[in-house]
Amino acid sequence: MNTPEIIKKIQSSFKKITLDENHPDRIISSTTEWEELSKFLRNDYELFFDSMMCITGIDEGIDSNNLGVVYNLHSMKYKHKIEVYIPVDKKNPTIFSVEKIWRMADWFEREIYDMYGIIFDGHSDLRRILLPEDWEGFPLRKDYEFPKTWHGIIVDKIKEGWE
Amino acid sequence: MVDFYIDLFSSVDFIKPYQSSIFIISVVLSGIPIFGFMAVNALVAVYVERKVSAFMQDRLGPMGHGVGLHAGKWGVLQTLADAIKLLTKEDIIPKSADKKLFLLAPCIIFIGSFVAFAGFPFNEFLVAADFNLGLFYILAMSSVGVIGIILAGYSSNNKWSLYGSMRSAAQIVSYEIPAALSLLPIVMLSGSLAFKDIVLAQTGSTLGILPNWFIFDNPFMIVAFWLFFIAGVAEVNRTPFDLPEAESELVAGWMTEYSGMRWAFFFLAEYANMFIVAGVATIGFLGGWLSPIPGFFEGNIWGVFWLVSKTSFLIFVMMWFRWTFPRLRTDQLMRMCWKFFLPGSFFVIIGVGLWDLLMR
Amino acid sequence: MGININSQNLNNNSDEEMVLNIGPQHPSTHGVLRLKTITDGEIIKKITPYIGYLHRCFEKHCENLTYEQAIPFVDRCDYIGSMNNEFGYAIAVEKLMDIQVPEKVEYIRVIVAEMNRIASHLLAVGVFGLDVGAVTPFVYCFRDRERILDLFEMLCGARLLYNYIWIGGVSHDFPVGWVEKTYEFLDYFEPKIIETNDLLTYNKIFIERTADVGVIPPEVAISYGVTGPNLRGSGINWDLRKNEPYSIYDKFDFDIPIGMGAMGTVGDCWDRYYVRIRELEESLKIVRQALDQMPRDGDVYESMPKKIRPKSGHIYSRTESPRGDLGFYIESDGSAIPSRLKLRSPAFTALSCIDEISKGWMLADMLTILGSLDIVLGEIDR
Repeated sequence: MNTPEIIKKIQSSFKKITLDENHPDRIISSTTEWEELSKFLRNDYELFFDSMMCITGIDEGIDSNNLGVVYNLHSMKYKHKIEVYIPVDKKNPTIFSVEKIWRMADWFEREIYDMYGIIFDGHSDLRRILLPEDWEGFPLRKDYEFPKTWHGIIVDKIKEGWE
Repeated sequence: MVDFYIDLFSSVDFIKPYQSSIFIISVVLSGIPIFGFMAVNALVAVYVERKVSAFMQDRLGPMGHGVGLHAGKWGVLQTLADAIKLLTKEDIIPKSADKKLFLLAPCIIFIGSFVAFAGFPFNEFLVAADFNLGLFYILAMSSVGVIGIILAGYSSNNKWSLYGSMRSAAQIVSYEIPAALSLLPIVMLSGSLAFKDIVLAQTGSTLGILPNWFIFDNPFMIVAFWLFFIAGVAEVNRTPFDLPEAESELVAGWMTEYSGMRWAFFFLAEYANMFIVAGVATIGFLGGWLSPIPGFFEGNIWGVFWLVSKTSFLIFVMMWFRWTFPRLRTDQLMRMCWKFFLPGSFFVIIGVGLWDLLMR
Repeated sequence: MGININSQNLNNNSDEEMVLNIGPQHPSTHGVLRLKTITDGEIIKKITPYIGYLHRCFEKHCENLTYEQAIPFVDRCDYIGSMNNEFGYAIAVEKLMDIQVPEKVEYIRVIVAEMNRIASHLLAVGVFGLDVGAVTPFVYCFRDRERILDLFEMLCGARLLYNYIWIGGVSHDFPVGWVEKTYEFLDYFEPKIIETNDLLTYNKIFIERTADVGVIPPEVAISYGVTGPNLRGSGINWDLRKNEPYSIYDKFDFDIPIGMGAMGTVGDCWDRYYVRIRELEESLKIVRQALDQMPRDGDVYESMPKKIRPKSGHIYSRTESPRGDLGFYIESDGSAIPSRLKLRSPAFTALSCIDEISKGWMLADMLTILGSLDIVLGEIDR
């Protein structure tokens, strides 16, 4: 199936999906719909997206209220792809975890939690993966401020006399 | 040699009354060359191992290049430098280790090898302690080392050392049985446990060219030789059986917490054990101190030469194994011992017995 | 040599279970990785990998760098297959900007990427042998890898981290004599694969150690996102160079080796190892064909844009690196600096499945399984 057919099939079951005008490969959903949409994408026998290529977290910008998660899916059987974008509210960053559906989501979601602070509902072991356990803050957000000290060591942004 | 010294001192009249001190002095005088030989063997074996491994891996090994202090031409002074380094290293004992056992373990291992060397003959006459059950004695004494290994692993208070020493103890104890059993055919063929008689039964030649060594005696003896040799390699903890010391998994296994001179003792003992295993294989199967061309190049000094060169060849084969094969996993090792080697050695004993019965 | 820390018995499990810590410093793990292993005697119950020791904030850095400044950073993620990283990144940005590079540049890129694949697989094969206990094949593989690194040094001046494939082209054309030296290397290297096969691949002890160990069933592999030789070792015929061809891979004639359970079960460590050995042969074929077909004259700089300023949008593109499928998600807001650059690393997903596939095996097997997955911590931690 090519992309317009896939999108038509998804839109027939999920009315609230919107499309991105500049990018015909991407559909935009919401956190409320994601649970059923993910199961549909995986289990529907015509779509059968059994391989999740990548899960990326993004920050839409300092002036926007949204973080976001981009899911890139691929079907090994039918060899077609789709991209799903879910905007996540910054004040309540929670989204359904697809760890039980695609097992690779386990570590990818932990990384997005680590870097953006998005909480994945239903994840079995949501803790930091790349940063130390006691790190404060979520680095990849656009409004992240670098810490001034860490465990008593002063981290100075301006290094005098280093040139 | 102990007997020799005792007779020597007893023949001098004014020392004769002091029998106990004569005994002690003769034992010490015989023991010093043994210790010297063990040390020299370790030095030479380490150098040879490094060079052999280097040439097999398409590189050069220790070479004496560079300015200033360097390792001599072709790196011969490398081992001396290593020995000096080990002697001057700081003696570290982990705080939570069991101190008494930690200090005792290298001693026990060293004693095991040293005492086994005491019964090992280099020649008809050149043996420290001439037992008439020499073969049995060496087999028994080389088992003493296992206690040292277990103590070393346990007292280090380190999970990895414990793993290594448990694996090693299981391995050594299991492989002793096929090793001892495959030496039984030698006893059957020569009729005695003493080394002198074993080599005596291998003198002469058949058809004028083939020496009368036991390995050529009947086809079962070749199987017995390989069984004993491989079981011996397993006893010494060399690859392919070196999982207890597996570098990529357990750092250095049961030797991890040892440094400096204590580690040098383990090392010395390992190379001494290699020499003993290869030496027993030489004496039992390859004719010991007899020359390969029967009748020529015989004599006392030639005897020592032939023994040492045949043993060195077998040690070279052991080193060859190490740098060629990957290592076996513990359960595969044990399975090989109990399911293949043990029945194999029984089969060899029966085979040699039947051959002897039917052919003679 | 590494010192093993943390030998306390954190016994909140049953009495027979022991908690063992492997790493972060250890002579065997392929980088700084900590594996907390819960074992019952020698049988593994659960492994928890702890990563992040090599995290260098690559993605945050890229939000302050221009697109061409990010190339040395991309190199350093998978430091063993750097050319393939740069290749994937350049293809992603060129797709975003609709740049078409000249044919000579395509051939150059394919040649260096495949040579780098050979070097990376040689390292994987050698280190795997070292983990299992065979020391000599390791030295032989490194000796051959040195010759490839010498060729790269002649090409761009660096042995390991190249900064060679730029957006829109490459940084230098082939120097005089490089093509002849590469032909010599190809002739030298073909018999060496046979030597490695004799020493390691068909060695009885090696087969006993690796066959039937650490089987990844195909559904588990797809669900965990395992790709590359690990996926092909489980019997699935999926290679991005053939299934989603990029650059000029459709002009070459090569096979995709897949694991067939020749020595044990399909998807065991031997199969993954054997797929890598066969891929060495296939990459040699590709390099030879590319050298034969490459146009000898042409300018490598003609498509390089003066300013790299993609229009606003996003793209996800993936290429086949030696470890699997390497994905780049790039989001651009129209300026010279990317707004989001994510590298989807194949070793990240490969390491995540280690808990599932090593249950029930012994401690010695865990290192075999880890070695067969061929991970590089630089890529996992970025």
